[in-house]
Amino acid sequence: MKRHFDADLEDLRGRLLRMGGLCEEMIHAAVKLVVDRDEGLLSPVQEWESQVNRLHLEIDDVCLKLIALHQPAAGDLRLIAAALKINSDLERVGDQAVNIAETGVFLCREPRVKLGDIPRMVEVAAGMLKDALDSFARGDVELAREVIRRDDEEDRLKSQTFNELVHMMQRDSSSIARGMDAILIARNLERIADHATNIAEDVVFMVLGKDIRHPAEQARGEPRPSGA
Amino acid sequence: MNPIMNQDPAAPSSTPAPAPPPRAAAKPVALSVRDLRAGYAGGAAVLKGVSLDISERRVTAIIGPSGCGKSTLIRCLNRLHEALPGAFCDGQIMLGGRSVLDWDPVLLRREVGMVFQRPNPFPTMNIFDNVAAGLTLNGERDRAKIAERVESSLRRAALWDEVKDKLKSPGTGLSGGQQQRLCIARALAVEPRVLLMDEPCSALDPVATARIEELLLEIKETLTVVIVTHNMQQAARVSEYTAFMLSGELVEFGPTQGLFTKPADKRTEDYVTGRFG
Repeated sequence: MKRHFDADLEDLRGRLLRMGGLCEEMIHAAVKLVVDRDEGLLSPVQEWESQVNRLHLEIDDVCLKLIALHQPAAGDLRLIAAALKINSDLERVGDQAVNIAETGVFLCREPRVKLGDIPRMVEVAAGMLKDALDSFARGDVELAREVIRRDDEEDRLKSQTFNELVHMMQRDSSSIARGMDAILIARNLERIADHATNIAEDVVFMVLGKDIRHPAEQARGEPRPSGA
Repeated sequence: MNPIMNQDPAAPSSTPAPAPPPRAAAKPVALSVRDLRAGYAGGAAVLKGVSLDISERRVTAIIGPSGCGKSTLIRCLNRLHEALPGAFCDGQIMLGGRSVLDWDPVLLRREVGMVFQRPNPFPTMNIFDNVAAGLTLNGERDRAKIAERVESSLRRAALWDEVKDKLKSPGTGLSGGQQQRLCIARALAVEPRVLLMDEPCSALDPVATARIEELLLEIKETLTVVIVTHNMQQAARVSEYTAFMLSGELVEFGPTQGLFTKPADKRTEDYVTGRFG
């Protein structure tokens, strides 16, 4: 039986994917600003952030209304619970992209800095976010698990980038300001990958009803506050 | 059909428990039902081989669409079903290690009390006598003891404060919600092991319903409760275990939280999400 509620859930999914799409655009534009030293890209990134923030508020509102009016259960409940969390993660992704763009504006005014593995980090983080959103759209648990596995690669690239930039700053103290900015950008990208990982974990919960977060604590069998 | 039974939701979740055998509830078991088949004269079986264990001092909710056999199941538990002309019932129901068939039906119904959909206080009796009815029928003559039990039962049913000054007024003069709590007090007065409730809130407003639900959460400390309800949110709120029935069969039986967040059977998912039909 098709329910009106299904149309509401479809609308919720659509809004989240639209928000995710904006976040992807923001990441690509922010990184292009850094690489091409194009300060003009800050303005569209800020405009997209404003749209993302509006969607953040709207989606929370929609979720609360759906819970209050429909008292969802089972798969419907898991979808809405996942949507609330994904909504927060995407809003944070938007913030990270703005941080990259703003840091990039400073970098544009400095001599060109060696970006090390940052281009590769962009590829990994943006790819993870895209696939996390695809896994949400399709309910694809395998793709979600694949996203989670890729987070280690991003962490490795971040450490490598940090090391290279620290060496650069040690060798040339005049590069410290731009070196620190590049480290901040690497850190922003690593956080984007973390948010993509969170989204993928929420997709696994949404589809399977299985909470795969914090495996170490779960393996130790520490009781949860709810006693559930 | 193999209904699914998971671990005790009230037990500590420290280590993943090994999968228990099907239809085995957390111990101890108050009522054990095996291969229960039941029906009415000239009709097909309403229950088609239901097996489940009702855990002691837990609330077990039974949900399912109209005609699925929920009420028939609980009416078999205290042998009310067989009182209907032409009704049949076979299989096994064990209470305290004894088949319910070995119990005198009157004694059995003292151990397994029942509250019905519509409040049914005895119309010719006042509030006090309604609650005392079971005790006096069982031969209790000590007025002081009866008065003490009436008060404690009304307190457990969260009705005492509202009726303590009008115990001699007719029970039928109370509001619907109060009458239902009066019926619960009447059932509690004979100190049953199990309380069966057949849609006890369906004729009540939300405030009266909330009071009954609060009351359920109190009395389950000392009593096993089996509640049939059409209200799935009510099942989710008050019960530790939920059984989903469909067309006389037990489709799924397990901890309530699991059944409402990740049901194992597609039919349960369809029912609890309102896709059924």
